[in-house]
Amino acid sequence: MRGLFISVVWVYFAALLIGPIAYLCVQAFGGGLTVFLNEVVRPEAVHGFWLTAEITLIVLLLNVIFGTVTAMVLARQRFWGQTFLSGLIDLPFSVSPVITGFMLILLVGPGTILGTWFGTMEMKILYALPAMILVTLFVTFPFVVRELTPILLAIGTESEEAARTLGANEWQIFLRVTLPAIRWGMIYGATLTIARAIGEFGAVLVVSGNILQLTQTATLHIYQSYVDFNYVGAYAVAAVLLAVSFLILMILELVKTRSSAVTEQSISIPMVQP
Amino acid sequence: MKIEVRRLSKRFGSVEAVSDVSFTVKEGELLGLLGPSGSGKTTVLRMIAGLECASSGDIFIDHVRVNDLSVQQRNIGFVFQHYALFKHMTVSENIAFGLSIKKWAKPQIHQRVADLLQLMGLPGLGSRYPHQLSGGQRQRVAIARALAPRPSVLLLDEPFGAVDAQVRQELREWLIRLHDELAVTSLFVTHDQEEAMEVSNRLIVFSKGRLEQIGSPAEVYEDPATEFVARFIGSMNIVEAEVKQGIAHVAGLEFPAPEFPDGHRIRIGFRPYYIKLSEDPNHFRQPARLRHVYFLGVAYRLEIETDSGLILRSRMNKEEFRQRRFQVGQPVSYAITHFRILPQDQAPHGSVPHILDSPLTP
Repeated sequence: MRGLFISVVWVYFAALLIGPIAYLCVQAFGGGLTVFLNEVVRPEAVHGFWLTAEITLIVLLLNVIFGTVTAMVLARQRFWGQTFLSGLIDLPFSVSPVITGFMLILLVGPGTILGTWFGTMEMKILYALPAMILVTLFVTFPFVVRELTPILLAIGTESEEAARTLGANEWQIFLRVTLPAIRWGMIYGATLTIARAIGEFGAVLVVSGNILQLTQTATLHIYQSYVDFNYVGAYAVAAVLLAVSFLILMILELVKTRSSAVTEQSISIPMVQP
Repeated sequence: MKIEVRRLSKRFGSVEAVSDVSFTVKEGELLGLLGPSGSGKTTVLRMIAGLECASSGDIFIDHVRVNDLSVQQRNIGFVFQHYALFKHMTVSENIAFGLSIKKWAKPQIHQRVADLLQLMGLPGLGSRYPHQLSGGQRQRVAIARALAPRPSVLLLDEPFGAVDAQVRQELREWLIRLHDELAVTSLFVTHDQEEAMEVSNRLIVFSKGRLEQIGSPAEVYEDPATEFVARFIGSMNIVEAEVKQGIAHVAGLEFPAPEFPDGHRIRIGFRPYYIKLSEDPNHFRQPARLRHVYFLGVAYRLEIETDSGLILRSRMNKEEFRQRRFQVGQPVSYAITHFRILPQDQAPHGSVPHILDSPLTP
């Protein structure tokens, strides 16, 4: 019986994860390392990597800053509409990324009020970097907030108040008391944001226009190569993204063990008797 | 005087948590704020600290009105019930926090931290993290951290509420010694009447946001200003009686009450050790039945029921109890040697927590 269950788990993993990944690697490296490298260093591919990196970094920065501020406000303030806002946080998880893209087109597309206004300001939003950053921000928005809000609620305000009675100003309190307490959650949320930003496809496809060497990210390049029957090119770039994702997952696991070790410590039984 | 509070009130929405409280704390005094939970005592403490702002009234520290000063400007030390230590900092770093904020020089900080570790009985623990300490040690670190920047007053919110009974007793004695040594004006909040009596020079009894009484532990115990204080401090039997021709009658008992008119209802209180009991049903005038005997360690509590169904608590020390032969259920007789007519409260109090015999009563 036990053997049966273990076999089922193996088969499940093999069919869903190991098989496809192995096949991907075989396809990417099947023609030899030179063919793989040729595909990876093609100008379109390199541009795709850079664009993905650019979007990811900007989104990461914005998401960590605004995610932290949002979590602080939601956890520490009482205000009108708070429950409504808290309920909205998870919305990006339940909306399909393609719909996210369409929502942005409906908002700032040609012919709309906002779109016309941006047009007269000569600001290009749609089919350009700003739209791609906006949709990626939308789909990654919950990660940092969802990580930090429960941590902030759990640590409470007593140590911040203690710092205040010891003369610390709000900025000192944040840097020296709050931030160290939430840093692992912040790193966890940031890692999830990076992974999601690198892999985002649907929303970016809709708002980018998928213009070669202009608005084509790494995932869009994979898609385009596949459509153009350049299977080796698609697999090669996919293998690189896979490696990056794997690295991020490893970091995530490391953070998880580290942060759970920290929480366990803080609730552990006192080691020293008075 | 060190701290003066004048007509202080605090409203949370429509709830008045603290209403019209005034008192002063003398230089070097250790003053206890005592009351059941939700009585507003912690709110008073937090308003003095500046962690809560007052709805009305004035607070003075060192003769300076501090209402409009921020927490940081008030120069107070605050100790939280759950320690509120910085978990990611060592004991030394915790104690040094306030000093580094105030930009003390490194050698001075080092010296101050070492001195405080010594004073708090924590030598050698400077490099430990809070999670490596016991509850009692953590609270001492919290007190050291609060004292480090030399605050003009020390405010403690239920300082020993989170540690177990034995450690609590040790910490109390330690706090008294520390206060004798440092003489820093201190205000501490507690719901434990025993703790308040033992630790305070003077204490303030709170109930429902109001100041019920302020005085030395002995004054508050011997001469409660309100029925609430009588019930809350120590244990007291309380009966209600109607006055007829200068005498209050209840359950066959008669209490002289010449100052009250006929038909007036008064409440009479007597401490358990003011009831004398005899196993001989005819020894005293009043008959009763022994319902229950409770062992309290230093004494016994004997619960009796009078013929009219009144249940009274008596107290007898261990030696005396052992010389007598009381059996649960037997008829006994009793007499009340002292009583007091309780002051009438303006507003009737709801249910008051049932207080067991205080070990303070001999």
